Amino acid sequence: MQYALLIYGQERSEEVPEDLMAAEYRAYDQFTRYLRERGAMLAGEALEPTSTATTVRVVDGKTLTTDGPFAETKETLGGFYLVQAADLDEAIRFAAMIPGATHGSIEIRPIFNVPYASGDSGSAES
Amino acid sequence: MPDRVAPGAAHQLVDRLFREEQGRAVATLIRVLGDFDLAEEAVQDAFIAALETWPARGVPDNPGAWITTTARNRAIDRLRRRSRLSEKIERLGREATESALRSIDADPAEDAMHIADDRLRLIFTCCHPALAMDARVALTLRALGGLTTPEIARAFLLPEPTLAQRLVRAKRKIRAAGIPYRVPPPELLPERLDGVLHVLYLVFNEGYSATSGDSLVRRELSAEAIRLARVVDQLLPGEPEVLGLLGLMLLHDARREARVGAGGELILLDDQDRSRWDRERIAEGQALVRRALELGRPGPYQVQAAIAALHDDAVTPADTDWPQIATLYLALRAMTPSPVVELNLAVAMAMADGPAVGLAMMDGIAASGELERYPYLHAARADLLRRLGRWSEAATAYRQALELTTNGAEQGYLERRLGEVASARAAEPRPN
Repeated sequence: MQYALLIYGQERSEEVPEDLMAAEYRAYDQFTRYLRERGAMLAGEALEPTSTATTVRVVDGKTLTTDGPFAETKETLGGFYLVQAADLDEAIRFAAMIPGATHGSIEIRPIFNVPYASGDSGSAES
Repeated sequence: MPDRVAPGAAHQLVDRLFREEQGRAVATLIRVLGDFDLAEEAVQDAFIAALETWPARGVPDNPGAWITTTARNRAIDRLRRRSRLSEKIERLGREATESALRSIDADPAEDAMHIADDRLRLIFTCCHPALAMDARVALTLRALGGLTTPEIARAFLLPEPTLAQRLVRAKRKIRAAGIPYRVPPPELLPERLDGVLHVLYLVFNEGYSATSGDSLVRRELSAEAIRLARVVDQLLPGEPEVLGLLGLMLLHDARREARVGAGGELILLDDQDRSRWDRERIAEGQALVRRALELGRPGPYQVQAAIAALHDDAVTPADTDWPQIATLYLALRAMTPSPVVELNLAVAMAMADGPAVGLAMMDGIAASGELERYPYLHAARADLLRRLGRWSEAATAYRQALELTTNGAEQGYLERRLGEVASARAAEPRPN
């Protein structure tokens, strides 16, 4: 099965010392390599902070854009992985290995296979 | 040639069988189908078929195996009907499922191991930590306990649609989120087994606490928790906490008849007619506790069971081995510290070493404010103050407890005590 592991936490602030940030990046790099080695890594990215976010709605055919995230929350989405896992237990094991899990939280969402999809991505079959 | 049976007798037999066998049949079919709903529907079909055919043709030699085989055939029928509407690709999957269904060996002797494995897997699936606690409880009772949705709804005082919805959502999550259908690997087993035991204990307590609700269904809940704990013990033998929990439940359940009065009111431990305690259950519970403790891996359920065993051992309240109980609460506090455990420890210490010792501990708990709204803290403190002759403080504490308690029997007790301390205070010469 495929799962999105959504990484929530406090936004990175400028005050975090550089060596701590470097250690965090190394830890993420290590986890990404772990997933790759076992063929579980489908995708994964970190996101710029919500201060850079733009929210779009289409109302009566008009595109409305607003500055900032859809909802102001204490913990924000900071990044994600898309992984291949045997079942929820394996996805939980992966999620617990994400460095952000110790100072934020990881939401595990199974990927929904959209029926009647055109199928040109072709790889949705687990 | 099987005997013919009267329709009424067949009905009773099917009812009893439903309780005992439906969990097994469902578990086996879920393993093969990976689908709770289809499995449950097929098993239900089989029981309906039993009601229709047994009165005329007689009860088969092995009714349980008959149910599983019939359910398997009904599942194949249902799959065929479904797939008539769907695509070729699904037919391939269906054929694989059908052959797996056919391979279900309904011979109980050869299949006993399989069935055991199926049920154990299902217990772990139903109690998976990714499900909400109330969903775990409902699923376990429904899939393994053989309780019907209306019965579970009645036991938890919930409208039936609410409970049905809860079950639907839980099954959907199992499927969509990929909650595995298996016994967890060794590294996860202790944690997951804890989760299973927690669910069983919750079910038991729901059936034991006489707060409200249909008493017959409540009795059924406790019986079911005990039965499922026995199943877990059979399937995972030698797990001390499983033995501990089973023992704990039996040792409490033994007092069931004595703890409720003729009017349905709760009778406190000290006032119970101990001759009405179920000696057989107590003996079994105590033997389980001994066996568990001999394994040398103590845990909270074993310690609580040992405490219950000591209470059950006392012929009168005065015979209670309080020093031993205090020692056990010390052990329990080391394992699972909480203000309620602390309070129980304080009560035991007061009984073992005198009210002053217990009161000092309770004052500490009261100062922390954590049990501010907990009537038993105020009631226990009041009792110690009364024993120390500190009448006016005792009266205040009894009043605090009275404000918080909703149980009629407990209110009666507290009011009686309040009256006692008030008259003791009035009889005392007052300092000027």
